[in-house]
Amino acid sequence: MARLFIGNHIAQSVLAVLLPSSVLAHLSIIDIVIIASYFVMVVWIGIYLKGQSNTSVDFFMAGRQMTAWIAGLSFLSANLGSLELMGWAGSAYQYGILAAHWYWIGAIPAMLFMGLVMMPFYYICKTNSVPGYLNLRFGESSRVLSGVCFAFMTILMSGVNMFAMALVMKVVLGWNISFSILMSSVVVALYVGLGGLRSAIFNEVLQFALIWCGALLVPILGLIEAGGWHNLQAKILMNYHTSEYTHLWKGLGHFSTNAMGVQWTGIVFGLGFVISFGYWTTDFLVVQRAMAAKNLRAAQMAPIIAAAFKMAIPFFVILPGLLGLVVLHNNDGTLMHLVGQDSVSAANPNSYNEVLPLMMERYLCPGLLGLGITALIAGFMSGMAGNVSAFSTVWTYDIYKPLIKKNGSDSHYVSVGRWATVLGIVVSIGTAYLVMQAAAIMDYVQALFSFFIAPLLGTVLAGMFWKRATKAGGFWGLLAGTVTSVALYAWVRVDPSAIRYVAFSSEAKAMAADLYRALWAFSSCAVVTILVSYCTKPKPLSELAGLVYGASELPHAEPVPLIKNHWFWAAIVITVFFILNIVFY
Amino acid sequence: MQISAKISIWFFIGVLLAFYGALIFGYGIFELISGVLAPVVLAKLHAPVWWGGMMLALGSFYCIRFVPGKKQTN
Repeated sequence: MARLFIGNHIAQSVLAVLLPSSVLAHLSIIDIVIIASYFVMVVWIGIYLKGQSNTSVDFFMAGRQMTAWIAGLSFLSANLGSLELMGWAGSAYQYGILAAHWYWIGAIPAMLFMGLVMMPFYYICKTNSVPGYLNLRFGESSRVLSGVCFAFMTILMSGVNMFAMALVMKVVLGWNISFSILMSSVVVALYVGLGGLRSAIFNEVLQFALIWCGALLVPILGLIEAGGWHNLQAKILMNYHTSEYTHLWKGLGHFSTNAMGVQWTGIVFGLGFVISFGYWTTDFLVVQRAMAAKNLRAAQMAPIIAAAFKMAIPFFVILPGLLGLVVLHNNDGTLMHLVGQDSVSAANPNSYNEVLPLMMERYLCPGLLGLGITALIAGFMSGMAGNVSAFSTVWTYDIYKPLIKKNGSDSHYVSVGRWATVLGIVVSIGTAYLVMQAAAIMDYVQALFSFFIAPLLGTVLAGMFWKRATKAGGFWGLLAGTVTSVALYAWVRVDPSAIRYVAFSSEAKAMAADLYRALWAFSSCAVVTILVSYCTKPKPLSELAGLVYGASELPHAEPVPLIKNHWFWAAIVITVFFILNIVFY
Repeated sequence: MQISAKISIWFFIGVLLAFYGALIFGYGIFELISGVLAPVVLAKLHAPVWWGGMMLALGSFYCIRFVPGKKQTN
């Protein structure tokens, strides 16, 4: 009965693809050729690399052979999912340039810290995952707790990516959402299942190139139409009677003076420290890419290269959102008004999340439209593949191996990894349907971050920089932080007025609550870790070698020319970061 | 920048960019010659000609630079 239902559902989906009803754009034959050849190339790469992924090191760590550039671009590309493309373009339309904080203060300092300070520990302890590091430092219980949380989070994130991609297909092409989810799932399962992390990394670098070529033209043409940045600012001011859309810091003095309902303390400490450092230094999805580098120098350079490109991404993600405020018009000439996904109606048929496809449809002719759609698909698929490959590794090494089968052969674990890829995809499909119930994609994702990432940061920092931190301290700190985060989230859901305690203001909005909840989770994790550690016996110093700052001898770096020195490039990146914040103050 | 012993990732990228560039550039030339422009904003700027041409040049460079069998320097 169930199979019959699924069969009917797929048949209806295929029919919907063949007979689209109401769509933003119609693809020409050249667009279809471009999209189809991308899928062919992606699967071809997976098939080509299958023969090179026979051992567990090959399958889960890409043989640890990646150069700094490949690891760096993959490090960034794995993060270029729905969050980066449609979600943040929609947020820019909704909140203005404030959304760029998630690219600059919410990424750059943490990425540099990761490359310069934390990467040596991850790299020299030769662990296979971040939970694996926790196992070496705090023991099995911390590993399993963080492994289970991470596996859960990656599956949810993968579902977010699937849903976002299906939404693009629906909005732009009129494709049925179920069909899009099925199509992307099969392709990602094929190339990650066949080629493992190596295939995911190869495709992420390819997708990175496509995203730049496909998405960069929209803001260029948009700026030409708007008459440049200063004219864009003037038109936004004229249409919306506020300058907060084009200033990064000016409106952050109080919760009520900006559309996001957040104060600067939330941005600096909640986003700039806890969420950002939590994501970029402990989320195995991105850390795995840097750990696949061929040597420590390449592993340290990877996040720095990624940071340099990360600073430029607002140009083709945030800027189209801002341009949408000015250039998008209805057929009768009035300004188009995009709304939240739950407020879509006949009068306002498009949501914030659709601003990027709407901009593409506005400027891109046949061929270029196919390239733009391919860029979006590439972004979503890299996000999905990144999550699925990280899930496969953590499931195999941190859940299956310690809890289910400790002494399997190498080929057995490779096989488990391949099946975990398929399992991850199947569960993600279910998650994608759950995401459809969420009011806005971004709020959902932010809630997830603070559940798992913030407490994990507290535990990893304590483990890496405090010799006195104990096994019990690490475990109970991580648990306390996660429970705090989930409890605060539930509290505000049940009683919305509780936001005045969580975010220190009754005028705070949902995004602010996420930032401050992350701060609470990190703080409770740190406090419990410290208290429990002082009540329990620490490991002897000899057992902390290679795991803790001050107890480890880091490999001596051979002198290199300035042009290859990671400190030199980090200094350039942080300088540009400060300049951008001052220019767009 | 060679990862695999046989084909570099940069070669894959070069092939795809060159192919896409050729298609888009070709369409742009068709628009230019026929005078039939797609109904999009700023069509008169002929974006497919310069954007497609740029992709074709970049893709061709990567194809030649990282062609399989050629010794790569990192």
